[in-house]
Amino acid sequence: METINIEGLGYREINEKLRGTPGCRLAGCRGQRFIGAGMGHGALIIDGVPGNALGAYLNGGSITVMGNAQDAVGDTMNAGEIIVHGSIGDAAGYAMRGGRILVKGDAGYRAGIHMKAYEDKVPAMVIGGSAGSFLGEYQAGGIIIVLAISGGRPVGNFPCTGMHGGKMLIRGDCGDIVFPDQVTARPAEKGDLEAVSEHIRDFCETFGYSMDEILKSPFTIITPDSKNPYKQMYVMN
Amino acid sequence: MEIEGQVRIPSGCAIAAAISREGCGMPGSIVSEAMRPMHERSNGLGGGFAGYGIYPEYRDFYALHMFFDCRDTRKTCEAFLKESFELVQSELIPTRKIPSITGEPIIWRYFVSPLPSVLKSLQLDEKEFVARTVMRINAGMDGAFVFSSGKNMGAFKAVGYPEDVGEFYCLEEYSGYAWTAHGRYPTNTPGWWGGAHPFTLLDWSVVHNGEISSYDANRRYMEMFGYKCTLQTDTEVITYMMDYLLRVQGLTLEEAASVIAAPFWSTIDCKTDTADREKHVFLRKMFPSLLVTGPFSIVLGFTGGLMALNDRLKLRSMVVGEKDDRVFIASEEAAIRVMEPDAENIWAPAGGQPVIIRVKEGAY
Repeated sequence: METINIEGLGYREINEKLRGTPGCRLAGCRGQRFIGAGMGHGALIIDGVPGNALGAYLNGGSITVMGNAQDAVGDTMNAGEIIVHGSIGDAAGYAMRGGRILVKGDAGYRAGIHMKAYEDKVPAMVIGGSAGSFLGEYQAGGIIIVLAISGGRPVGNFPCTGMHGGKMLIRGDCGDIVFPDQVTARPAEKGDLEAVSEHIRDFCETFGYSMDEILKSPFTIITPDSKNPYKQMYVMN
Repeated sequence: MEIEGQVRIPSGCAIAAAISREGCGMPGSIVSEAMRPMHERSNGLGGGFAGYGIYPEYRDFYALHMFFDCRDTRKTCEAFLKESFELVQSELIPTRKIPSITGEPIIWRYFVSPLPSVLKSLQLDEKEFVARTVMRINAGMDGAFVFSSGKNMGAFKAVGYPEDVGEFYCLEEYSGYAWTAHGRYPTNTPGWWGGAHPFTLLDWSVVHNGEISSYDANRRYMEMFGYKCTLQTDTEVITYMMDYLLRVQGLTLEEAASVIAAPFWSTIDCKTDTADREKHVFLRKMFPSLLVTGPFSIVLGFTGGLMALNDRLKLRSMVVGEKDDRVFIASEEAAIRVMEPDAENIWAPAGGQPVIIRVKEGAY
């Protein structure tokens, strides 16, 4: 695979180079923004720290980050896959409506904010570690899975605030986590886990975990409560 | 030219900081170089730095860094200072002519000490008198502006990109145990030299990424105690709030953080440690007007340490890393990797969670 050194290059030059190659490895990556923005095919492997909005509007292909990624990974992505072997910053998968993000480590605040789905497009995000506060804020569709493999509290405060679509699965019983009144949190059943097993399996294969071990723990599934919709929160409607 | 306060433009910004817990000196260029990968977070309308431990030979004197619009203003201001201070040194701050930094005012520094007779007659302690003098000059003396007034520390700021500002002020020639840096993307004010970060008072300095929505509430409260906000920029009021809470009220850094980034009542209610819960309730009730709302990530510099803090909703990014005795803070991990490619324990503090790093006692 071709290696391209992007040290000192601006995001425009970088993306022009990327468009001319079916796949490559990036060296010298240190904070350059918008890498792989709008990419439709091919495979990209990144050493170093990519800048904000990695894979924004991603429309196919794959981006693999060998270390950590910064904020707004996969902003508004439509298809394709982003794999992060470290942790990710805030607002990962902002408004994504397709494709998948797999993170081995932790996610910052607001992962999956405003994630949505459209017809056959159902985005998915799997977080191997813990997620920060406001996970799945205003989630409107898609699947968010938090595995909390290294233990500890799986998610910070105020998860699912404004959630009105899609689903979230958190490994653990979530006994000490407060969810808003407009969502339902219940222990996940066999069928719930089977419906997302493809994502958990791929996560385990990518990062070298045992799926059986991970599935030994109970999961909690959170979905919007259609019997208690958002109304009269701000105005009499 | 329109200056701060005359027009409001409806912030992305960049911050970075480094500190040696052993008190070892680092050149100021360590943080100015760290601003390069975050270039797009600034727009060239302001950059600045604060360095601690940079004036060991004058460590007992207040270092007043000043902007003057003309020579006459400097003469007038100097005469005013001489009425109540001993001036042991008076000099131009060395700068380097570079094409990217233009339109500079007269940039001067004085090393001063308040006259004991003046303090005695006013019955004021030294710090209070210096703070009042800074307020008096900044609010009342046209064309003169004190942008740094601490001991053994100094701020350096200008209109330009931060990496250029660092070069302009020859920061590589200063050695400090702690440095903070800021790249500005002004959202509310036009960008003037005095309006660049850090904002300082005595040895407090604040660099700030964000835009607080409680500015006017905070400002009105602070004006009751003699603080004059002359620049209409939100960071200025945060600096004065920290001075008030820490120096005047004697709060700890953790308590001050709990005042300005107070946890939500619902979060306080969930606390199982009764004493901790009661303390947070007390602080929120005692200082409700000093709650800062809206996005911010700040680094507060002080003699012997740094404190990093995010707003309670964490609407701005901030990352911390370390290597040996050094701790690094920045808006982006990429900036930390410039300061130390092998930085370890990279983590993002939660909203409202202060990160306090102190230099070991006796090493600063």
